[in-house]
Amino acid sequence: MATYTPTTPIDRIGHGHKPPVPPAAGGDDGRGGGDVPNYGARLRRARLGLACGIATVCMVFISLTSAYIVRQGLPTFDGTSNTYVRDWGRVDLPWMLLAINTAVLLVSSVSMELARRKAALQAALAPVKSIPGVSLGEEKSFPWLGITVLLGIGFLAGQWLAWGELHARGFFVDTNPNSSFVFLLTIAHAIHLVGGVIALVWAASASLLHKPVEARRIVVDITAWYWHFMAVLWIYVFALLGLAR
Amino acid sequence: MAGGTGGGETVMVAMENPHAHAPQGFIRKYIFSLDHKVIGIQYFFLALTAVFVGMFLSLLMRIHMIWPMAVLPLVGEIKPETYLSLLTMHGTIMVFFVLTTAPQGGFGNYFLPIQIGAPDMAFPVLNMLSFWTTFVGFIVILCAFFVTGGAPLHGWTGYPPLSALSSTGPGEQLGADLWITSIAIFCVASLMGALNFITTTLDLRAKGMTLMRMPLTVWSWFITAILGLLAFGVLLSAGILLLMDRNLGTSFYVPLVVVNGQIMGHKGGSPLLWQHLFWFFGHPEVYIAILPGMGVASQVLSTFSRKPIFGYRAMVYAMLSIGFFGFMVWGHHMFMSGMSPYSAFAFSLLTMCIGVPSAIKTFNWLGTMYKGRIRFHTPMLYAIGFVSLFVSGGLSGPFLAQPVLDIQLHDTYFVVGHFHLIMGVAAIFGIFAATYYWFPKMFGRMMNEPLGKLHFFITLAGTYAIFMPMHYLGMAGQTRRYSQFTEVAYQAKLLPLQTFMTYAAIITIAAQFIFVANLFWSMFKGTKASDNPWEATTLEWTTATPPPHDNFGGVTPVVNHGPYEYGVPGAPKDYVMQTDPATVAAQ
Repeated sequence: MATYTPTTPIDRIGHGHKPPVPPAAGGDDGRGGGDVPNYGARLRRARLGLACGIATVCMVFISLTSAYIVRQGLPTFDGTSNTYVRDWGRVDLPWMLLAINTAVLLVSSVSMELARRKAALQAALAPVKSIPGVSLGEEKSFPWLGITVLLGIGFLAGQWLAWGELHARGFFVDTNPNSSFVFLLTIAHAIHLVGGVIALVWAASASLLHKPVEARRIVVDITAWYWHFMAVLWIYVFALLGLAR
Repeated sequence: MAGGTGGGETVMVAMENPHAHAPQGFIRKYIFSLDHKVIGIQYFFLALTAVFVGMFLSLLMRIHMIWPMAVLPLVGEIKPETYLSLLTMHGTIMVFFVLTTAPQGGFGNYFLPIQIGAPDMAFPVLNMLSFWTTFVGFIVILCAFFVTGGAPLHGWTGYPPLSALSSTGPGEQLGADLWITSIAIFCVASLMGALNFITTTLDLRAKGMTLMRMPLTVWSWFITAILGLLAFGVLLSAGILLLMDRNLGTSFYVPLVVVNGQIMGHKGGSPLLWQHLFWFFGHPEVYIAILPGMGVASQVLSTFSRKPIFGYRAMVYAMLSIGFFGFMVWGHHMFMSGMSPYSAFAFSLLTMCIGVPSAIKTFNWLGTMYKGRIRFHTPMLYAIGFVSLFVSGGLSGPFLAQPVLDIQLHDTYFVVGHFHLIMGVAAIFGIFAATYYWFPKMFGRMMNEPLGKLHFFITLAGTYAIFMPMHYLGMAGQTRRYSQFTEVAYQAKLLPLQTFMTYAAIITIAAQFIFVANLFWSMFKGTKASDNPWEATTLEWTTATPPPHDNFGGVTPVVNHGPYEYGVPGAPKDYVMQTDPATVAAQ
């Protein structure tokens, strides 16, 4: 007989006094992975997927930040003075415009959160509303999602103006390493935000197309967390460009 | 929901399953399929195509090395710069489109959901997009062969300034842009895949499938996915900076350089910056390639030794610590590039730390086989071969982890031999083990055993014959990346060994056609496979062969046992399947 090393506690394979009982639900801690995916399970799954996606975006920006810091400190040989000098350069950022953009994005994050809470409430009340004869009164409806989309597009338009302003001031992507990073980081953030706007439009259309309230809630919930992350990421980029010049 | 037992042996829970209805129509069923099994097979055949492309390139290189003036059919005479292009494309295609694609995208996609008792991946659409994005990446990199200037010549590591300036060589024009674009596309595809693997593992496990009941294959795919999630984003960033240096006039990586007497318009950039970013991805990539092989080896060794895996928990923690340390040792690829001795010491020490979990795994594999009733089927031979190559390739790792030795050996064939054994061939043996092991489940037929064994013995002997002499060549000072040695007196003396290696390569490559013939012949003409031909314990062997669209035919398994319960005292058979009733061992 081969040496046996149990990979599970011995009572689980039937050597204990009590007959072992299969876990009631879920592999580890009550997750019902094999069940028909219900609303809660789908929401949890989507949030988990989003967390992984956010981890990826974080790695992208962490690596760009490390490149930013390293490149900032690099010397380059100057033939005229025969010494090593820093070539990081300066960029006159349009601070006021960027501050307004930041405010727009933060307000959009608030409106997104209100949209998320509204969707969560609708999803929670959906079973009650489906009971014949039960009414929850007249709902106050405000298009928070639409407002968020408009604010998001407003932020992107503001960024476009900021890039134009940089060009007008004589700063292009290849002017100096500093300007290269300004364009790189802001455009990288904007590209990710475009993804958020597309998700928002999708969420809004799900609402307009009268998709099931639970499906709508999942889309809105995921988009909201992504949107908040975009706001935090922008503040990070803004602070990096402002503080580590 | 109805509980019940199937044939008195398996416990299943029947329920209506939204994945139960298979799609109709050729396009939805076989091309743009959402079924993880079809996607897994698509990845497998993509990798199979890629490995033959990569192998053909290596054959051209080896022929050129010993007959540098030979005019070859299709490619003509190989110039030094052509040799570098072959080297670059061989490395890139093998690392990304074979070693990353087949074990994770192929077998991981097919078997991870089944082994945890899930009907599919968490995000099937994302899964499909991940495959087709990989496919586009592969096409883009192949296009580099056919554009003006041909394929790039900067090596798979793409070091600037060579890779950042289009005037540094013929392949550094559009070919290099396509190379970077292909890598970027591959990164996006891998990130989508990693996200899916992690979510699926954490959220879709069947009832009773606790983390410590997961097969080690699942653990390996899960850890590989975490590595991919954290590593590919960094490579993507690095690639974007490289593209900007090449096309937008920035100077992230390019210092003030003169090429062909002309001062380039860049200044102040650092090639070291690329190396740091690249190797922060590059070293975990080694484990992305090898970890699934470790999982498969564990699975196969336990199954065919008819014994539980020795030290299951230790194996899990060893893989986790290999993954963890994998992110802290990238600097050992850069000892030659110049760094503070203190940094080199830290990287050296951390690198040697990886030897500890690696040794744990090796001894546990040996412990698993010790006093086992070993069945020497082809998958088992490949798993043993994997352990052998892992040890042979791994033992030279601590040598190279010493900065003083690495400076001597780094640009020699010693390193080529080391990484081919540990990362290349060992991982390929893991893929072969997986193919021979899971082929019956995937295609419903057995592969031919005599052909499989013939393939194994030629491949094992061949790979050792190719890659072991490289260590001696390296110690003798033979430089890597040189296209020919006939004109250099001291290097020419080593030519007989290179000639021997080339003959070994030709024989080994020829043997791969035995595998391909066996694969396709068995697919259509092989002996029909039963549902559990290896008498294994994990969930894929509880379902039909091949598995139905929803994996378990409308029922969801309930797991009562660990993944490797072989030789359980009191059990009616010498193995207890994961879905067997919990009391089965006491009967």
